[in-house]
Amino acid sequence: MSNDIGEKTRAEAFMLPAERPIQLIDENGESRTAANSSGEPYAMPDDQALLAAYEKLVAGRRVNDQAGALVRQGKLAVYPSSHGQEACQVASAVVLAKQDWLFPTYRDTVAVMSRGVNPVEVLTLLRGTWHAGYNPYEFNVATQATPLATQLLHAVGVAHAAKLKGEDTVVMAMCGDGATSEGDFHEALNFAAVFHVPVVFFVQNNEYAISVPLKNQTVAPSLAHKAIGYGMPGERVDGNDLAALLSVLGHAVDRARNGGGPFLVEAHTYRMQAHTNADDSTRYRTDEEVQKWVARDPVARMQAYLSERNMLDDAAVATIAASAEDIASALRDGMNSEPEVDPEDLFRYVYSKPTPQLQEQAAMLREEIARETSGA
Amino acid sequence: MTAVTENAAPTTTTLTVAKALTAALGDAMESDKSVIMFGEDVGPLGGVFRITDGLTKRFGEERCFDTPLAEAGIMGMAVGMAMNGMRPVVEMQFDAFAYPAFEQVVSHVAKMSNRTKGQVRLPIVIRIPYAGGIGGVEHHCDSSESYYVHTPGLTVVAPATVSDAYTMLREAIELDDPVVFLEPKKLYWSKEKVDLDALRAKFDGGSSDDDASEPSIGRAVIAREGTDATLIAYGPSVPTALAAAEAAAEEGRSLQVIDIRSIVPFDDETVTNAVRKTGRAVVIAEAPGFASVASEIVARVQERCFHSLAAPVLRVTGFDIPYPAPKLEHWHLPSVDRILDAVDDLQWED
Ligand SMILES: Cc1ncc(C[n+]2csc(CCOP(=O)(O)OP(=O)(O)O)c2C)c(N)n1
Repeated sequence: MSNDIGEKTRAEAFMLPAERPIQLIDENGESRTAANSSGEPYAMPDDQALLAAYEKLVAGRRVNDQAGALVRQGKLAVYPSSHGQEACQVASAVVLAKQDWLFPTYRDTVAVMSRGVNPVEVLTLLRGTWHAGYNPYEFNVATQATPLATQLLHAVGVAHAAKLKGEDTVVMAMCGDGATSEGDFHEALNFAAVFHVPVVFFVQNNEYAISVPLKNQTVAPSLAHKAIGYGMPGERVDGNDLAALLSVLGHAVDRARNGGGPFLVEAHTYRMQAHTNADDSTRYRTDEEVQKWVARDPVARMQAYLSERNMLDDAAVATIAASAEDIASALRDGMNSEPEVDPEDLFRYVYSKPTPQLQEQAAMLREEIARETSGA
Repeated sequence: MTAVTENAAPTTTTLTVAKALTAALGDAMESDKSVIMFGEDVGPLGGVFRITDGLTKRFGEERCFDTPLAEAGIMGMAVGMAMNGMRPVVEMQFDAFAYPAFEQVVSHVAKMSNRTKGQVRLPIVIRIPYAGGIGGVEHHCDSSESYYVHTPGLTVVAPATVSDAYTMLREAIELDDPVVFLEPKKLYWSKEKVDLDALRAKFDGGSSDDDASEPSIGRAVIAREGTDATLIAYGPSVPTALAAAEAAAEEGRSLQVIDIRSIVPFDDETVTNAVRKTGRAVVIAEAPGFASVASEIVARVQERCFHSLAAPVLRVTGFDIPYPAPKLEHWHLPSVDRILDAVDDLQWED
């Protein structure tokens, strides 16, 4: 009997997140050790892996800044920046294998491009020329979801189908802290646990849902603590520490791939800019608060660590910055070209075969446009 | 395999709508491994209406299974499974309990193909026990078709006969688009003599050279020929319309009955031709009439048949009220008498 209880306590302990967010590289670029709540250490990724991820980090930062500029020039309708959250963005994509799936939100531009999608295509949605700019099957990246938390269930469905088909597929399902209050978040975690499917739920807790702070979303000790209620492990990680993210997410993905079932990871990070360009973040947070996070910057931290380990010198930093610049300039070029939109696209994809009513409406629009262009 | 000769006696059996749906699901699962069925109580119990009876036993728990009790979960998981090559058929336990899934239906199921320029198609069938007439207490009956038909991207059908139940469910499963499949609850137990083998022959690479192989989804049918006026109905109202036509015949009036059966896509052609022939029409539906499918049909008929009409097109619908309690619903639902009254109002010269 008492033995049973002992087993259970251990099982529950292993589902609980570590007492502090996992950190492997601190704010000064010094390495740290950290373990899960059962005492098993998280391994520091090797230098080469960190260097490769660092390049993506720099590119991500550059694309975030470029997209902000494109909004100001009126080339993008809107942009939710992930400046400050780039380590989460890069790690979520890098830990996946080719056959795995990524389910991003509107803020996860850098995650999607880190998976190989051309930034111009990633930004099609936000540019307003079409809803989704890339073929989800080409990179196993779902369309960027806007209705909060709804995509988490789709992620569970893809994983469930993969399991039934015997595919070796893990699904990374992303959302923000605000989205964890939605019903679909809870249904997705419960379904994933009940069907024991390979999904890693990755919450980027950037402290705010537009203007609403985390304390108005939950009074749980952390978002990672929610996992145990569904019977899956939860872990929290320093979301500005690329090494810790790679290690924790990598562990969660490996575990899912080996039949261990779903996993919830909460990254503690911060949105350095406003929710989108349309938001005024000075109404709900102070500059001091924002400044505190500058010291925790994911890019500077990784650069300090790699330089200290002689993996990066000034020349390498410059080369990496130059290739990020190339990505940004290709993005600018892509956005400069006048987007071509075909009015008949309005009707083309609603059904696999347009209904007679849609055919009539398309003909009507065609005539209207013909009249306009003939100047009648 | 025995060769079927032209003169072979048809193997007719008497079947209920419920059993026809069960047969359709079983046959579809048999012929295509990617067809899977899930929902609440659809496993060993066979669903509260027993439509999935025996499927778990026959195909295993991986292909017909119970989910946690969460409609958005069911619908959202279906989206992902369809994205990954499956053809999910999901059961919403009752029409009025499908609303938690509504967000998934309108935001994702209906829009995915359009959002992705047709690159991601969702061949999902959403089966919903639908409408009234069974004495169900509150939230066990609703006429919810307008919510779905107003959502572009969804195909919405409501079969009224045993053979349509079989054929349209199989077509719905084969379609690459999502289908809201409304099953009129009160017709689950209505019976018909059908040749199930002939119905099956349309699918699974069966004969495709005859009339019957034209798809039923997208096509209305003339359920009864008539010359004086046209009754237009779908789903649970079709038998009521047929009964009204029968009663009118005894009074010497010949009423034609159209069974819409596919609300989206809507078959303007059949409806328009039928109404032009009779010059008079009444649309019948159980749902509240305001801003309803019935209103839409009336508008379409007036627009297209104005010069052939001898009278305004009338509607007989449910009242604009929340679905009534069991002991009150017979006052709400379109009745034979109400339909005949409307027909009498069609400005006859005699
Ligand atoms: C269902 C739903 N409700 C409201 C919104 C409007 N909205 C867009 S983003 C957002 C805040 C989301 O916050 P969070 O989940 O923390 O993600 P973050 O934007 O911080 O990355 C809201 C309320 C929405 N997109 N979907």
